[in-house]
Amino acid sequence: MSSTPLSLKSSPASGGLARHWRWAALALLTAAACAAPFQLAPFRVFQLTMVLVYAMALLGLNLLVGHAGQISLGHGCFFALGSYAAAIMMDRWDVPYLLTLPAAMAVTFVLGFALGVPTLRLRGLYLALVTMTIAIFLVPLLKRFGSLTGGSMGLTLAHPEPPAWTGLARDQWLYLLALAIAAACGLVAWSLLRSRVGRALHALRDNESAAEVMGVRLARYKTLAFAWSAMFAGAAGAVNTWVIAFVSPDSFTVNLSIMLLAGIVVGGLGSTAGPLLGGAFVMFVPTFSQGLNEAAPNVVFGVLIIAVMYLAPTGLAGLAGRAGRFAAHIQRKK
Amino acid sequence: MSDKTLRATTIRCTAAAAALLLAATACGGRGADGAATSAEGACKGQQTTGITAKSIKLGGIYPLSGPTSAYGQIPKGVKAYFDYVNAEKGGVNGRRIDFTVRDDGYQPPKSVEEARRLVEEQHVFALFQTLGTPTSAAVMQYANQQKVPQVFVSSGASKWGADPVKHPWTIGWQPSYSSEGRVYAQYLKKDKPQAKVAILYQNDDFGKDLRSGFTDEIKGSGVTVVAEQSYEVTDPSIDPQMRLLAGSKADVLLDITTPKFGTQALAADANNTGWNPVHIINNVASSATVLKPVGFDRVQNIVSAAFLKDPSDPQWGGDAEMRLYKDKLGKYAPGLDSSNAFYSLGWASASAMDKALGALKCPTREGLMEAVRDLKDVHSDLLLPGIAMNTTPQDGYPLETLQLQRFKGERWNLFGEAIDTRKAG
Repeated sequence: MSSTPLSLKSSPASGGLARHWRWAALALLTAAACAAPFQLAPFRVFQLTMVLVYAMALLGLNLLVGHAGQISLGHGCFFALGSYAAAIMMDRWDVPYLLTLPAAMAVTFVLGFALGVPTLRLRGLYLALVTMTIAIFLVPLLKRFGSLTGGSMGLTLAHPEPPAWTGLARDQWLYLLALAIAAACGLVAWSLLRSRVGRALHALRDNESAAEVMGVRLARYKTLAFAWSAMFAGAAGAVNTWVIAFVSPDSFTVNLSIMLLAGIVVGGLGSTAGPLLGGAFVMFVPTFSQGLNEAAPNVVFGVLIIAVMYLAPTGLAGLAGRAGRFAAHIQRKK
Repeated sequence: MSDKTLRATTIRCTAAAAALLLAATACGGRGADGAATSAEGACKGQQTTGITAKSIKLGGIYPLSGPTSAYGQIPKGVKAYFDYVNAEKGGVNGRRIDFTVRDDGYQPPKSVEEARRLVEEQHVFALFQTLGTPTSAAVMQYANQQKVPQVFVSSGASKWGADPVKHPWTIGWQPSYSSEGRVYAQYLKKDKPQAKVAILYQNDDFGKDLRSGFTDEIKGSGVTVVAEQSYEVTDPSIDPQMRLLAGSKADVLLDITTPKFGTQALAADANNTGWNPVHIINNVASSATVLKPVGFDRVQNIVSAAFLKDPSDPQWGGDAEMRLYKDKLGKYAPGLDSSNAFYSLGWASASAMDKALGALKCPTREGLMEAVRDLKDVHSDLLLPGIAMNTTPQDGYPLETLQLQRFKGERWNLFGEAIDTRKAG
């Protein structure tokens, strides 16, 4: 999305074409995403489902960090809360799993809103520190209320079974569910950003004082940004619970929050494709780096992040635009 | 290129995508997994995925990276054992063992991913060893749904054998923390029937399991608990707890700690000359690395329990199993320090797996579960004398016997008979 205004400005005639290309690409992606579970092995389908789960969480983080400019190192906390909300409802009260999604989203929305309030006065690094504290604090908290959360043993759940009429295998059903929910979340985020909310968030990110002078109510939009982003993470958490069928405090350490932030930065902050690319990065790159060097996967992972940031400072999503401009530059030189 | 064209394109694209989706769905769910095979003859219909007349594929999941990566040493011992069996014994009953190790960084979602990779992509016969309690619990659900054996889980939680009906495909191996607690209780009931016990425990499942095993066993006896203190893994020090416990004037201290806190508790006990209880320290914190910083001379006569021969203990220097382990580890995993207990633990559990695979009646996944649930006094390498694996279809705990030991001089001395916690004490 970030590169669109540029390309439109540089060549107004090709703007229509570019937009067509975008729709075509989107259609192709949709078709591929729909066909994937019928073509791939169950394990690959599971991996793609997890990519979608992470992408959903990153969608929220993108809104908060990429569009509203508020740093959060505690996004994994909302992911965990969504997961736990769904798990506790399924485990303790036998709630049908589909109902746990809106409930988890509501819980995380309210909590995100509540946490947004104290962060109003904080900016930049201070905000990062406070949100990180929440992420660190969550693990012992989950262990403490053992009767509800299952303590450090966590909760083991049954996988949701696909309805018989679909004739689908479990992994296909979960994938299609995740795909539908991710698409819905994406649509909500997209329309949110195209509305006055999106403009207010961008103004907030670019210059708070100027935004306030223009009549943007800072407090309202900051807390709302937190609440929306927490809600997307909560949705991701609920789907995560369906797919993994197990939650425990060790699943949601502060590492997860850092991973998510790294994911969205690598994917492309403030871009439309960023969350999806970031999700794929979070899912595949750690395993890939283990394959490269079994002794020190974290070192390889770190080096890969640095390499991506060096080659594509705007993230993977901006890579195509950069490559295009680079090609144009070369051509002009000739 | 007005909005109209745009909308038309969108509609067309959506329609195309929907048509494609429908077409794909019409093809129905996918057919049976190509790699899933089943047996003929007497074992008809049972799963033979990952096993042939010549080979068996096993997969293990360990934290090779992350904060608990110390446990990542264990699979090296396992690998050395299987390499030795493959090279010098032609495998188990002619089947070579192909052992794949995956890293989960001790993160449960990652464990599930790796389990699925091993089962669905690499088509392993069984998951041999998943390490850790939360990680193995995450895999348990999947393994049982998929009907894949999850054998000899490396964790002392009691849930692996708790419900063979609900989780028929999962079984643990090492003595559970709860049976260790029962061993100490039986020891006190016999040796100090009027003991007043102070308990220090780590406030998590490990600590609570061991503590409840102990308190359940002393019910109705003269042994009483007079004081209890817990600590969190995140606590910097346990000195306040130790001071409170000392105030109770108990004559036995049951010390349920992990290594770092074990050292602290031993030091606090040694420094307090006014209080000299019998110090029982649990197996987890009984290694020389825990005792050494306190000073061997200051931890004399402390009591603990064990089930494996300690590779750093000179008394096993002439032991045939220990010599074999040290020779073959040196040969198949050169450069490893054979006195490291992680390697010998891996070796011992691989030996137990060897015994289970050797006892297969049907070379199938079902057959493996039958074999591990029908172990009768099976001795595997490096188990202490008097300790053997025993299971029945109803009893999912292979090892429930521990041997008491007392620290004398610079090493542990075994004393008394091995205590079998199956028998009522």
